[in-house]
Amino acid sequence: MAGKMRKHHLFWPLCMLGLLLIFNLLYSPDFFSLVMREGNLYGSLIDILNFGAPLILVSIGMTLVIATGGIDLSVGSIVAISGAVACMSISRGVDQNSLGLMLGALGLSIGLSLILGIWNGALVSVARIQPIIATLILMVAGRGIAQLITSGQIITVSNANYAYIGAGSLAALPFSIFIVLTVLLVASLLTRKTALGLFIESVGSNANASQLAGIRSKTVILTVYVFCGLCAGIAGLILSSNVSSADGNNAGLWYELDAILAVVIGGTSLNGGRFYLMGTVVGALIIQTLTTTIYMIGVPPEVTLVVKAFVVLAVCLIQSDSFRNSMVIRWKKRKFPAEQGVNRHVS
Amino acid sequence: MFLNRKYLPVFVTFGLLAVMFAIGSFRYTGFFSTQVLLNLLIDNAFLIITAIGMTFVIVSGGIDLSVGSVIALTTIISASLVEKQGWSPAIVIPMVLVMGALFGTVMGAIIHYFKIQPFIVTLAGMFLARGLCYVISLDTITITNPFYTQVAQAKISLPGGSFVSINVIIALVIVLLAIFLAHYTRFGRNVYAIGGSEQSALLMGLPVARTKILVYTFSGLCSALAGVVFTFYMLSGYGLHAMGLELDTIAAVVIGGTLLTGGVGYVAGTFIGVLIQGAIQTIISFEGTLSSWWTKIVIGLMLFVFILFQRLLSGRRVSSKSLH
Repeated sequence: MAGKMRKHHLFWPLCMLGLLLIFNLLYSPDFFSLVMREGNLYGSLIDILNFGAPLILVSIGMTLVIATGGIDLSVGSIVAISGAVACMSISRGVDQNSLGLMLGALGLSIGLSLILGIWNGALVSVARIQPIIATLILMVAGRGIAQLITSGQIITVSNANYAYIGAGSLAALPFSIFIVLTVLLVASLLTRKTALGLFIESVGSNANASQLAGIRSKTVILTVYVFCGLCAGIAGLILSSNVSSADGNNAGLWYELDAILAVVIGGTSLNGGRFYLMGTVVGALIIQTLTTTIYMIGVPPEVTLVVKAFVVLAVCLIQSDSFRNSMVIRWKKRKFPAEQGVNRHVS
Repeated sequence: MFLNRKYLPVFVTFGLLAVMFAIGSFRYTGFFSTQVLLNLLIDNAFLIITAIGMTFVIVSGGIDLSVGSVIALTTIISASLVEKQGWSPAIVIPMVLVMGALFGTVMGAIIHYFKIQPFIVTLAGMFLARGLCYVISLDTITITNPFYTQVAQAKISLPGGSFVSINVIIALVIVLLAIFLAHYTRFGRNVYAIGGSEQSALLMGLPVARTKILVYTFSGLCSALAGVVFTFYMLSGYGLHAMGLELDTIAAVVIGGTLLTGGVGYVAGTFIGVLIQGAIQTIISFEGTLSSWWTKIVIGLMLFVFILFQRLLSGRRVSSKSLH
């Protein structure tokens, strides 16, 4: 039973998340406390879920892309563009607070992120450019587009409806959590209850072989990039609505690295062919918890990256079978001579 | 005979560089000169050195994200030791080179022995090196040491009134060394074999562990050397130097015709790949009127047009992995 549990792909990521949470509990005992204020729950755990929502969304999209053997470096730029477009169109409106304006802005942002996803997907599947380079184009140009939309400034909006997406709450929980749950549910159902997941894994193992087996590899690849773009677009909306402003320069900066990290911590291999959506969610939560922890224990900002490096390495080492085996062997070797010595002494 | 089919991507890339330079010459006065061409080398010497280390890593089937941070770490260690502690450059430069190589060795060993994906290990390396930069100093350290300033200002005259810097000589020596290493030594062949299939390389009895670790060591050494060259170029140490350079480097390697899946690639291609990125930058600086965000958009567009042309012209045959 225990062995079976340890073989499960979520075992080590969950252990790591548990370790981080226990560390936080020891460091500040009221870490797990939840306070009910004005009908909403508040607390560190809720904060982690709320602030982690955009990262989880982006990581879910990234998981499917990586499952096809690709990678999407442009997610950070799409996050920035989506937020910039939404805030720009709201700030141009006559009555900033109107619901129609906000819906129009949402539609525009989502539509644009779908188009950007199609662009990435077309470069990879139709033009057959290596994914890392194909998406690098949008990563560089997209940041420029976001800055162009905002003219390099931070655009602030005051639209209560828009602010609800990232800062509002539903049933005592932040609304963004429900968006994440919906996307996660849709993605899980589509990939695990239909053949789509199998198609994606097959294309990730060998695109040409799956083409010969009758799977439309190109369509599958195009679809995952569009989905990834959509996830990044929604993440951008949440991020910008949370602070009611869009920053073309810094929004979503380095998101691609965090998202890829989350996917890999979750047990998905960068070689493609297999993916774990729940693993990714746990991975993203680990990263968000780590970030919160680093802020909370007051590590000087300049040491933050060093701490992050060691934790990332620790997470991956613990997940590595070879590392655990070599540690076990060392442990046994360490004990063996001592026992022998004792025996010899007695006889 | 010379136009072997397998060299086609490199020739196409080179042809496109020539076309790009020709377009620049017709469009801007003063563009067509030896010095503009040599400036490509002067301004990108550090990128050439880094990209060569990266070529070996990518050919072996791995990736190294730590290069930019190692460059920054090298500049800041050199600057603080030379300026604040008053050490001699004769000690500092070999020391940072050894440090860079060791950094690579450790990453390579972790990647190989614990079977963790290179992307993650080198990402951790990137965080670590960048973090150490900030621990050492948050501010720019300007270098006034006479050795550094002399090397920085030295101009090696060429016939026709043009000149190159010492950095260019270092970079060209490394290029020649790397071409020899990749195509004429046992080590080079092992790297290609491992990139083709690590399993087969192991079954053939090739020293997989040693080669893989050496590849990362070489990349670390190249990054440290690039850092030294960068110190000569900027005459300062700063934790924000070379931000995002790892992606420029990977782009240069891939533009040069190396496959990210490993096993295929040319050092000479990488060299041209760097020059192409430099040419794009030069054309933009000759255009002169672009705001910083338009620059990014134009770089993206040019990258796109270039890669598409390269893709269409070389028409690489479709292998089982080429869809990725």
